[in-house]
Amino acid sequence: MNNAIRHTWVVSVAMFLSLFVALSLTQVVFTDSLNSDPRNSRQLIADAGAPRGPITVDGTVIAESVPSDTTQYDYQRIYHEPELYSHITGYFSVVTPGPNQSGIEYALNEYLSGQSDAQFFDRISALFTGDTLMGAQVELTLDPELQRLAYDLIPNDERGTIILTDLRTGEIKVMMSKPSYDTNELAVHSTSQFHETLERLEEVEGLHLNYNVATNNPIFPGSVFKLVTGLAMLESGDYEPDTELENPSELELPLTESTLPNFADGGCHQRQEAELNWIFAQSCNTPFAAAAMDLGEDAILEAAEAYGWNEALRIPIYVQPSRFPEVADDAELARSAIGQGSVTATPLQMNMVASAIGNGGTLMQPQMVDTIRGSDLQLLSNPEPQVLNEVMDRSTADALTEMMVATVEEGTGWRADSGRFQVAAKTGTAQRGDGDNTVNSWITGFAPADDPQYAVTVVYEGIEMSRGNELTGSQMLTMLEAVIEE
Amino acid sequence: MAPAQKEAHPRPRRNVELLLLVLALTIGIGAQVLVGLNLEDTIDERYYIEGGAQAALALAFHVVLRLRAKYADPFILPIVVTLNGLGIAMIHRLDFTSQYEGVADRQLLWTGLSMAAAMLLLVLLKDHRKLRQLTYISLAASVVLLFLPIVPGVGQDIQGAQVWISIGGMSFQPGELAKITLAIFFAGFLANNRDLILLAGKRIGPMTFPRLQDLGPLFLAWLIAMGVLIVQNDLGNALMFFGLFVAVIYVATSRISWIMIGGVLVAAGGLLAYQFVWHARNRFDIWLNAFDQEIYEQLYGSHQLVQGLFGLAHGGLTGTGLGSGSPQIVALANSDMIIVAFGEELGFIGLSAMLVLYLILFSRYMRAGLGTRDHFGKLLAVGLAVVLVLQVFVVVGGITRVIPMSGLVSPFLAAGGSALLANWLIVAIVLLISHAARRPIVVGPMLNTTGAGASGTEDPLRGRDTAEQLAVRDENTAEHAAVESPPGGEQR
Repeated sequence: MNNAIRHTWVVSVAMFLSLFVALSLTQVVFTDSLNSDPRNSRQLIADAGAPRGPITVDGTVIAESVPSDTTQYDYQRIYHEPELYSHITGYFSVVTPGPNQSGIEYALNEYLSGQSDAQFFDRISALFTGDTLMGAQVELTLDPELQRLAYDLIPNDERGTIILTDLRTGEIKVMMSKPSYDTNELAVHSTSQFHETLERLEEVEGLHLNYNVATNNPIFPGSVFKLVTGLAMLESGDYEPDTELENPSELELPLTESTLPNFADGGCHQRQEAELNWIFAQSCNTPFAAAAMDLGEDAILEAAEAYGWNEALRIPIYVQPSRFPEVADDAELARSAIGQGSVTATPLQMNMVASAIGNGGTLMQPQMVDTIRGSDLQLLSNPEPQVLNEVMDRSTADALTEMMVATVEEGTGWRADSGRFQVAAKTGTAQRGDGDNTVNSWITGFAPADDPQYAVTVVYEGIEMSRGNELTGSQMLTMLEAVIEE
Repeated sequence: MAPAQKEAHPRPRRNVELLLLVLALTIGIGAQVLVGLNLEDTIDERYYIEGGAQAALALAFHVVLRLRAKYADPFILPIVVTLNGLGIAMIHRLDFTSQYEGVADRQLLWTGLSMAAAMLLLVLLKDHRKLRQLTYISLAASVVLLFLPIVPGVGQDIQGAQVWISIGGMSFQPGELAKITLAIFFAGFLANNRDLILLAGKRIGPMTFPRLQDLGPLFLAWLIAMGVLIVQNDLGNALMFFGLFVAVIYVATSRISWIMIGGVLVAAGGLLAYQFVWHARNRFDIWLNAFDQEIYEQLYGSHQLVQGLFGLAHGGLTGTGLGSGSPQIVALANSDMIIVAFGEELGFIGLSAMLVLYLILFSRYMRAGLGTRDHFGKLLAVGLAVVLVLQVFVVVGGITRVIPMSGLVSPFLAAGGSALLANWLIVAIVLLISHAARRPIVVGPMLNTTGAGASGTEDPLRGRDTAEQLAVRDENTAEHAAVESPPGGEQR
């Protein structure tokens, strides 16, 4: 009997051994494949608590991970001057978990979390030394002082965006939108706090947490779109800046009962016939609508797509395509030619238009990352200025510049006129068609006109018209005078 | 007493137990405090009261052993207290998550009740051989306990298995107690009929096969297991009951043929279950294709198993540390899947250490069976040991995909009063058996034999010469030395 007991014992020990083998397979041998299974949320929690690399502007940290010992997450993401950079960085939440999709946190998540291919050896060495893997450091092209200036310029009760880029390189120096918010409030570790804040912020009108307004909010551009129609006109060869055009105060649209008017309170009614230059400066609608119907849809579409319409970008945050969709008839084409109808543009897209003209027709790829460095400060990525598209030849660009200068010196853009240098700009006021009498107020341009360096776009969405006119031009001037040295 | 004789006497070794018990309490209560510290809880009087309660219970048990079974195995109680304490600590840790609340307090309450019941059993029973009288009552009790959950109005269906009864709002799994009654029945029945089964039989080749009429009990056990499986959808318990019977009948007869017949019956039962019981087939599918997306997503699918594997993998070699993992992701993290929680937070090393504790505990149960002199005691100890080992194997094997997963809970660790009570009662019985095995003289009203003959017709340790048994034999000679001297006498 005792022998049998011993045999039973041996068999049982063998069963235990099989458990040890199975456990070591699960817990030691196959951990990598189990941990990387997309259904495994634990990796997300570990990632959520892992230190991420800092985001800096001009050497100053605006986002960093600090050790946290109050929760199951090892690190807390904190943001400095969050109201200035909320739309740039987005926020990193352990609750969702992961970075929210609006900003650099998401766009460069692989670098910041240390998981990019370039950081492969960092990961290996962290594995062997047992050190915590540190994410890469991302230096942005933004200028903190100008960003602060833009923040101060935009009134808190308006939905405004200011973009300033170096048009020679495509580097983004300012990208500020209001309303803004405190990203720290959403980077909290507490689920309930997170949801409370989220609920509160979602109530704020015009605040978008999931995308950057400057790059992802295509709205009616209004007359600034005449830079596109203007390009199509000049490229056709039928028009020169001094070509005389009819300028009726109303244009009957074919196959409809409606008409397309010039603005009643503008200077357009002074002349029933005028050269393109003057028409452009006064932003008269009817000649552009008529020209668009003459040129046809394809010519306008071609010009728009040369500037970048209908195409997404990554700078590296996602830029939503501005739309110039197929138009149904000439009436819609006429409205689209003056930035209404079915055409939309993001603030960044409009700024790319001004940049291309200022840079002699060469459109540089917008870029907001200066350098990405590993934890040992080794350079991982250093985006070089890149040509996105040759939009037009220099003579066309010069012609457009001439018209934009006229706009500032004797037209609708007079508020942007500087005593120090020549400014080239185009204003726009787009009907929103939602019946509350507010408009999208735009200005986009660059300076100095004889040696273009910086492009600026100021836009207010859903603003009262006269207030919009006042803010856009003068704020563009403020930005340009701040960035262009004496 | 002369020193020489003092050495010859088997020592009670209660002091060793006390020392180990202090260690066990340090581990269990320490784990609980660590949980509190790591999760930023204030260590206030609740911790003191709960720790104090655990310590008081363990020490009370120790004192009962000193008084009533002082030769009982000194390792069993400390190991069980360690496991029970770790279980409470992990349940406490999971109470910090949003899914669970106040389970640790309930578990501590059940621990107190179970230990009190076990102590009571120790005191009242005095000698495990009394249980032999209950052989057939146990059978009746087993059938009642097993099939109570399917009685309409009493039973409850939880998680697809009908193993619960509800009395006055309290849920209880009577099947847990059936482990004990069935072990008593099998041990008693085989101790009674062992000779008959041994003598009769047909020799085929090197093996002796039992007569057909002697197979009756085996078929009965098989039918009970199948009944449990089909009626209650409880694969784990079915496997355990049948495994228990095969192990005990093998030990009773030393014949491999029983195991072969048992194996054939298991295979047949498995095949039948796979064909006709949806629940069983589902478990098989989950086992073989756990990572299949369709099976992962379906109702009663592999989600729990796969998430459990993720948890184990996340723990890795060294674990995340108590309170730092995310064990709450796995469903039933504090009961059926508590092993995963330990694997995640204590790692392979910690979980292996706990498995080693189980292995030692199992070995001590078997040791009690080896040492005791009566057949009934041997078979009962082995039966209860096999119950322990099968529970651990079925649970851990199910979680690690060695075998299909089924709803058994890890002894002493998992939240659940019924299992805790049953396992503590088993501890009391095994302690009594080990006390009988090691005490120097067997003189009692229970046996017709007195004096030297009390050690039974079979000397369990005769003629064993392996290194493992040397120590045992020393004890044995000491035993005989003691037996030769009249109680209280000092001359040799």
